[in-house]
Amino acid sequence: MDLINFEATELRLGLPGSTDEWDKKSTASPVNTNNKRSSSEMGSSVSDETGSSRSPSLAKAQVVGWPPVRSYRKNIIQGKKSESESGSGMYVKVSMVGAPYLRKVDLKVYKSYDELLKGLQDMFKCNIGLYSEKEGYKSEFAPTYEDKDGDWMLLGDVPWDMFLTSCRRLRIMKSCEVIES
Amino acid sequence: MNPHRKRAKTVDRVDSADSALVSSESTQMRPFPSKPLSVDRVKSVESSESGRMRPFKDKILFVDRVDSVESSESSRTSQFSDKISGFDRADSVEARVDSAGSTRMSRFPDEVLERVLALVDSHKDRSAVSLVCKEWYNAERWSRRHVFIGNCYSVSPEIVAARFPRIRSVTLKGKPRFSDFNLVPEDWGADVQPWLSVFSTAYPFLEELRLKRMAVTDESLEFLAKKFHGFKALSLLSCDGFSTDGLKAIATHCKNLTELDIQENGIDDLGGHWLSCFPDSLTSLEILNFASLNSEVSFDALEKLVSRCKSLRVLKVNRNISLDQLQKLLSHCPQLMELGTGTFMQELISGPVTEFKNMFSNCRNLITLSGLWDATPLYLPVIYPACARLTFLNLSYATLRSDELSNLLSHCKSLRRLWLLDTVGDKGLEAVGSCCPLLEELRVFPADPFDQEILLGVTESGFVSVSRGCPKLRYVLYFCRQMTNAAVATIAQNCPDFTHFRLCIMNPGQPDYLTKEPMDEAFGAIVKTCTKLQRLAISGLLTDRTFEYIGKYAKNLETLSVAFAGSSDLGMEYVLQGCQKLRKLEIRDCPFGNAALLSGLTKYESMRSLWMSACNVTMNACRVLAKERPRLNVEVMRDEEGGDDSQANKVYVYRTVAGPRKDAPPFVLTL
Repeated sequence: MDLINFEATELRLGLPGSTDEWDKKSTASPVNTNNKRSSSEMGSSVSDETGSSRSPSLAKAQVVGWPPVRSYRKNIIQGKKSESESGSGMYVKVSMVGAPYLRKVDLKVYKSYDELLKGLQDMFKCNIGLYSEKEGYKSEFAPTYEDKDGDWMLLGDVPWDMFLTSCRRLRIMKSCEVIES
Repeated sequence: MNPHRKRAKTVDRVDSADSALVSSESTQMRPFPSKPLSVDRVKSVESSESGRMRPFKDKILFVDRVDSVESSESSRTSQFSDKISGFDRADSVEARVDSAGSTRMSRFPDEVLERVLALVDSHKDRSAVSLVCKEWYNAERWSRRHVFIGNCYSVSPEIVAARFPRIRSVTLKGKPRFSDFNLVPEDWGADVQPWLSVFSTAYPFLEELRLKRMAVTDESLEFLAKKFHGFKALSLLSCDGFSTDGLKAIATHCKNLTELDIQENGIDDLGGHWLSCFPDSLTSLEILNFASLNSEVSFDALEKLVSRCKSLRVLKVNRNISLDQLQKLLSHCPQLMELGTGTFMQELISGPVTEFKNMFSNCRNLITLSGLWDATPLYLPVIYPACARLTFLNLSYATLRSDELSNLLSHCKSLRRLWLLDTVGDKGLEAVGSCCPLLEELRVFPADPFDQEILLGVTESGFVSVSRGCPKLRYVLYFCRQMTNAAVATIAQNCPDFTHFRLCIMNPGQPDYLTKEPMDEAFGAIVKTCTKLQRLAISGLLTDRTFEYIGKYAKNLETLSVAFAGSSDLGMEYVLQGCQKLRKLEIRDCPFGNAALLSGLTKYESMRSLWMSACNVTMNACRVLAKERPRLNVEVMRDEEGGDDSQANKVYVYRTVAGPRKDAPPFVLTL
């Protein structure tokens, strides 16, 4: 999955032109000398890094347990970095209104929204219906997802590939709860 | 503390008395059953060596307490609830003693002694009290309600239960601290179940359990929930082995729960349903912290829980709770003192400051704020109304820049404790120095600890700025990538009151980046100037000179953490010889060998524990240590990949009255 193409369409809060530095310094960390990035940008820009380009710097830092940062904090940091994971599987949580527990789906298994919706309908035994640009979903349910910026978006508006890079988790809401902005 | 001086005065009076404790019981001690302190015992106390008298001098005070009871006509019980602050009474006691022409110390029964000792909280004080004489030992053990066990293997649950029959609260710590950094394999031990099994019969009325670095299973949590009917408070910090199913059991069965504090554990997060298990009848919750759990809980259940628990004073939610959900919660519990928010951003129609401007306006008791996940400059102003009263602000999950921090801190004049990410940079720390003159604790965590390419974060200059503006600093944890000896010397001069100084220069063995010299003088300056130093963590390029300084000057040091430092055995020897009060020594990747290890032969029993990993210690030296000191457990952890069997790569030594561990896994050898 080539993530680089989406830089142009990504909304960011950084300075214009600063993306060039990212391409040049492929081994650089997400936090660069600019020091003027907001947290949401830190989250989004990291997705540009592929696993291989980071390994030289990681290998150097592989002294076990050093620096002495607790696992919990380490996981938070790593969680912030790899919010849209590449590699084996892309599991995101799915919550369903009224269900007592959440499920997880591997988004990589699906090639399109249709497939994903079918999978969700099977999993939760509900009927979500078909997407229409003007009216969303003509059923009592509305599938939504949380994107990298923390916003809840209706499923289906953006191209599938773009959705894959920005989806953090899914929530099937009741249509009446959906606020059209 | 002033009271101590006054205490000494009273005791001198007692010491010099020839006559026994006399009291006309019938007139003065009427309400209490008669069990006088015998004359012989008093004399033996008086004539004991000065060593015994020291605790006596410090702790005696109850004598004047009792006298003051006697002298008043009002109800005795109310006098006992009078706190230890009534030291003017000591003088009046002496006066009475003088005018009577003889030293009149009342005899008082054990119950009285116990009642007074019940007011003694500190563990150190209680240990001292128990050493005075047998009667005091007994009174102390019957009056103790809380036991603190710093190393779960230093004692067995049976011994604890036998000595202290009336415990209501237990604090238990398990694994060595370096297990937080993956240096201890899984299944090492520190299982809480053996403790719970003994406690279920010995302390069926146990109310509080606080565990740190213990192995806890869901079965144990269920056992705890079901066997201890009055159980109230559970705190789990840095524990592992359990899942949210265990939390379900706690929520379901603990009818009187006041505290559930789950922090930074290796927990299997199976979902947020545990929170919905709190019954509708549970209204006693005062502390709820699930900030470190990832699963979404039912907001409906949480809102109802918060609404019905009117005594709730600490609420720390996890990242899944949105801003508008938080606002709803706060409307139900304006009495909160400590709040951990969820995610601190949300797409809104009118914008955060209008939508949420009243969120904190009713929270007049709020003094601690944490969480603030994903907080950006757009949303931070929402907290401004609460900032003036805050004493503790934890921003270590918010990636703020210097100007964002600066704007925020200008509202936070009362801060005593501040935790940050190093994204704020040196400029952000300048703002700390100028806005927070009352600051006592600062922790700066690395946003990106494992990437060596970046040159960001904070430097020596930020630390110096803080030290200039915050002379009351006593606790610092600072992660940085560069430091100089001169800067640390300046910091020490500015802040001589340090009790905890933990400096982590993230590149191992890095020298002073300006002079290229070792960082010896930096830590030398700290230990020379900061005489109250109790805890020290050192880093950077360090020779034996650092340890020479530590051994020579750090006379109050109790905990020392060392990594990638030192030149020879001498380093460790200096510390073991010089630091009288040393209790915990943890060392990794240092060139200290057998001579160093064995130089502490006579010292380790006065310490809680020693950890040495990746040093130059051999199995033979460990065997010698184990043989010479049977009251120590000398444990060696075997590496998985074989390696040299004569080298002892991970050594953990600790004093114990419980003998060798019976639950040691195969990779732990007790010598």
